[in-house]
Amino acid sequence: MNKTHDTDNLLTVEDLNIVYEADGEVTKAVSGLSLSLKKGETLGLIGETGAGKTTTALGLMRLVPNPPGRVVSGKVMYEGQDLMQATEDEMRGIRGNKISMIFQDPMTSLNPVMTVGDQISEVIMIHQDVTKAESVEKSKEMLELVGIPGARAGDFPHQFSGGMKQRVVIAIALACNPNLLIADEPTTALDVTIQAQVLDLMKELKDKYNTAMIMITHDLGVVAQVCDKVAIMYAGEIVESGAIRDVYENTQHPYTKGLFGSIPNLDSDEDRLNPIKGLMPDPTNLPSGCRFHPRCPDATAICAKVKPEPVITESGHMSRCLNSLPAALDERQDDVQELKMVAGA
Amino acid sequence: MHKFIFKRLILLVPVLLGVSLLVFAIMSFTPGDPAQLILGENAPAPAVEALREEMGLNDPFIMRYANFVGNAVTGDMGRSYTTGREVATEIFDRFPNTLILAALGTIIAIVIGVPVGILSATRQYSWIDSSSMIMALLGVSMPNFWLGLMLILVFSVTLGWLPSGGFMGWSSLILPALTLGTGSAAIITRMTRSSMLEVIRQDYIRTARAKGVAENVVINKHALKNALIPVITVVGLQFGYLLGGAVLTETVYSWPGVGRMMVDAIRQKDSPTVLATVVFLATTFSLVNLSVDILYGFVDPRIKSQYA
Repeated sequence: MNKTHDTDNLLTVEDLNIVYEADGEVTKAVSGLSLSLKKGETLGLIGETGAGKTTTALGLMRLVPNPPGRVVSGKVMYEGQDLMQATEDEMRGIRGNKISMIFQDPMTSLNPVMTVGDQISEVIMIHQDVTKAESVEKSKEMLELVGIPGARAGDFPHQFSGGMKQRVVIAIALACNPNLLIADEPTTALDVTIQAQVLDLMKELKDKYNTAMIMITHDLGVVAQVCDKVAIMYAGEIVESGAIRDVYENTQHPYTKGLFGSIPNLDSDEDRLNPIKGLMPDPTNLPSGCRFHPRCPDATAICAKVKPEPVITESGHMSRCLNSLPAALDERQDDVQELKMVAGA
Repeated sequence: MHKFIFKRLILLVPVLLGVSLLVFAIMSFTPGDPAQLILGENAPAPAVEALREEMGLNDPFIMRYANFVGNAVTGDMGRSYTTGREVATEIFDRFPNTLILAALGTIIAIVIGVPVGILSATRQYSWIDSSSMIMALLGVSMPNFWLGLMLILVFSVTLGWLPSGGFMGWSSLILPALTLGTGSAAIITRMTRSSMLEVIRQDYIRTARAKGVAENVVINKHALKNALIPVITVVGLQFGYLLGGAVLTETVYSWPGVGRMMVDAIRQKDSPTVLATVVFLATTFSLVNLSVDILYGFVDPRIKSQYA
């Protein structure tokens, strides 16, 4: 899926590598990440805490805190422009305007000493050629759009509940009608009933404005509900990606299978959860070969030695596993057979 | 807000009563007879006794204190034992000198401390940061009186540019204000830096950047206002301290301020002057703190909503 240079792709990320460097220790937060997104499409980015999801999102916006973070290499093509080569000025024109971000914790992502109206109108003032009065008017409209009375524009964030704050964050993100919205676990900090409301709101607005979205989450249910495509991240890599139907119904990677397996089934009699054994590897000291092999139930000797390359089916279903190679890729299969023999010898 | 200010002003009454009672007790129970002091060491005993009776010094302690408070409420703080002048008048004559010095010192401290602190925080671990932190450490560690003497040595004695003391126009203000400002500037620099460092790691700063806000606006608008609360606290404390505690600097520069008046009075056991200056400085200190608390409300709406 990374090899296809579709012209109708809104966003194409190729081989993105991001590291954090501190005290001579290099943490590979994101390695060889590739993904693509068409206009209006929604991609779910799934993974455990520490898998590199947020770093990926910040990397796309070129907001990885530096130091200690650094984008080592990679291409982020957005509307034909490589964001990694853009100047800081160009990036400022893109942030909040063409690409917006919704952050995880609404409690801390709004400035406590500015009114919510000012925080919305600020982004409008920066990116659009409007007067102060017009931007204030527009910020009230945005509040109404997310279900908050416009009269509350003069209130400060501490006067709102968590769910309403997240609505304000959404209003800020959508104020300039971006083509791409990156939502970093937008509902994690909210309680369940509010989660559903906020998700519905995002889905509704996304459909209304045909906004493409990258939805970062660890909730497989949310992905199934909202997304068209899904990418599973493990230890900084995408291990499986594809259309929702492909990944959910024809799961290839053992890690993805493990994730689905750990969801408790209401109908079964089991009273214990079925987790993936072990913990995420230390990102400063990643295992050799396949990064998942120490925890993988299907791992063989070769998995510790050979690094699996992404294998992609015709429908664009990618998996990064030596064992789940589809028959369509016989050539690679042969390579692996050979390698297996070498490893076995 | 008005209710909050009113409440705080009412609270000032017990504070001042406590302060004055404490000082009054110390001055009363320490050795040394004021009557003897006024009449001189060689005065005859009957004359001293007569004066004691006249001054009410033979009354019980509680009565003397009650008399003092009664008079103080009407604005009569008594007469100095040494100069015989009205103490209140003398304080009000000298207070403008102290106020102008403290204000100037504080302004110098803010003008240096806040920008350097911001610069240090936004360029953490750079040479700018390291050198300003070394300067700040020097500023904090250097004793005021020593810095004062050194400045006099350089600018008054060697170069002859500025007067070494007394009050002879605006040029006399420069050296004492610099002396006072340096220590405070160092403290304000350190406080601004650490507060700013904490704020620029907050999520809402990331939000501002994600909105496409220019970096200088992120720092000066989004971050600074959030970082100001601890800085304002320190500025307030420093200003209060300069108003009351600039004793050493006032002494070094023979500055006719309230701090030096208080120290001279203590040395001479001039009780009315000591009491009046202490009560006066306690009042100004409390008022400065009240202003700081009110200022918080303007900076942070969360605090303002608590004042309602």
